[in-house]
Amino acid sequence: MQIYLPIAEISVNALLILMLGGGVGFLSGLFGVGGGFLMTPLLIFIGVPPAVAVGTQANQLVGASVSGVLAHWRRNNVDVKLGCVMLIGGAIGTGLGVWLFGLLQKLGHIDLVISLSYVLFLGTVSSLMLTESVRAIVKGRGVPVRSKLHHHTWLHGLPFKMRFPRSRLYISALLPAFIGFVGGVLVAIMGIGGGFLLVPAMIYILGMPTALVAGTSLFQIIFTTGLAAFLQAVGNQTVDIVLALLLLVGGVIGAQFGTRAGAKLRGEQARALLALMVLAVAVKLAVDLIVRPEDLFSITLPVMT
Amino acid sequence: MTRRNRRLLALPLALLAGFCLWQAARPAWAQSLVADLSSHLIAITTGFTGTDVVLFGAVDGDGDVAVVVQGPEGEVTVRRKDRVAGIWMNVEDVAFARVPAYYNVAVTAPLDGVVPPTVLQRHEIGLDYVRLLPEKAKLPPEKLAEFRAALIRNKQRAGLYTTEVGEVSFLGQRLFRTRIFFPANVATGTYTASVFLIRDGDVVSAQTTPLLVSKIGFSANVFEFAQRNSVFYAILGIMLAVTSGWLAGIVFRKS
Repeated sequence: MQIYLPIAEISVNALLILMLGGGVGFLSGLFGVGGGFLMTPLLIFIGVPPAVAVGTQANQLVGASVSGVLAHWRRNNVDVKLGCVMLIGGAIGTGLGVWLFGLLQKLGHIDLVISLSYVLFLGTVSSLMLTESVRAIVKGRGVPVRSKLHHHTWLHGLPFKMRFPRSRLYISALLPAFIGFVGGVLVAIMGIGGGFLLVPAMIYILGMPTALVAGTSLFQIIFTTGLAAFLQAVGNQTVDIVLALLLLVGGVIGAQFGTRAGAKLRGEQARALLALMVLAVAVKLAVDLIVRPEDLFSITLPVMT
Repeated sequence: MTRRNRRLLALPLALLAGFCLWQAARPAWAQSLVADLSSHLIAITTGFTGTDVVLFGAVDGDGDVAVVVQGPEGEVTVRRKDRVAGIWMNVEDVAFARVPAYYNVAVTAPLDGVVPPTVLQRHEIGLDYVRLLPEKAKLPPEKLAEFRAALIRNKQRAGLYTTEVGEVSFLGQRLFRTRIFFPANVATGTYTASVFLIRDGDVVSAQTTPLLVSKIGFSANVFEFAQRNSVFYAILGIMLAVTSGWLAGIVFRKS
């Protein structure tokens, strides 16, 4: 069933979009990541203009995250206080990112910056995660890394220390705020929730309990993606509501099943799977950057004003 | 007036007409050519997947017919990638002004070698003769040619420029028709369908008909809303997302 997207200005198969939304939604629920890092490249691949893909994806992620958070909320797996601190940084990062997106688009380097950030962030994060989780699996049945929490580094010497009772943490508020900030920039530039970066950062840098990480990062992502969607729609008119709705319907349903499946998965197994998936995307993009493109020339229409 | 006299008169007038016709869509100045489209409006509705428009007409006397359809003009930037430190990145760009978003040409018989390039150039008949001018005038010719070819190649890949010259078929002696395809990614705006009657290597008659591509119905409303009330549109979009996420959460809790 073909449907014409009014903002993207292309005709797509509605069933294909629903299925994409469902598949990515499932993974998003499973791993507690937004799934944007898969969906945005997929949308661009099927012909959606990159700017519209990023804007619409931000909007879609709001719904997916709400749906995901609800499931975690019922299990009491959301640290609201920590999420709010992250959000302060996230809002600043999103604003900066939307501005940067416009600037890079004008300079013609947006595609390169998107690809490079994917390769850099996704590659590093996933490799780290993979080695760690594989080691945990090999070592056998989830020995909690309690001792690590007391392993003091310079990170613990930062000012503005705050207590986060839900996560049983006593850390500087700057840390979650900074992680939120980076996540916010990524939301705006890459059209992703940033979960793939937030989740490991919260586990390894903050030392949060794994059970709380997915819910808390989703909680924070609702607001950063909401802000990004708003700014993109108002500033660039790049949110396609029809496309967003199709992705949402598939996405929210998929996310519910994903969350259920996630409950049966062991922490380190989930992390290893997520790491593998992210690594695959990073490798694919790295290859695209290195291999000589079929046509060295590309055209861009002026940015919609 | 004999036919010979009329033809003599037609030649200088064609030069003038060729210029005038681009300015405004006027009715045919000469009666030797009449043409029209099966539809003057392409409506982009929610189910739009591209459409065919039939151009038909009649000529008085012999000659070849060329049909050129081109779409709304706009600026296009062509970028060239090169290897920098191992990765391919955009290193050079050329902005072209007034590039037609869509270009389609169809003829009754091949024109190369029959019609002098200056004539084809003047009427922009054929992809080699489309007017594609860079915004900055100073550019080495070989570079311009390279970027121009790249622009056409990219447009062809998007299905917006013809890859090969289409066919105008004659039905008997005087009637002709051709089919013009508009893909789903066609831009909205005003298009022109120009029909040229070519005799003895020159355009003796021409006619231009306007064609409008417009979003109609739901998709038009959405587009309009997003442009005019972008703040409300943004809020609506987010509310839609929150509601559907929340609904899914409620529904799935019960099951």
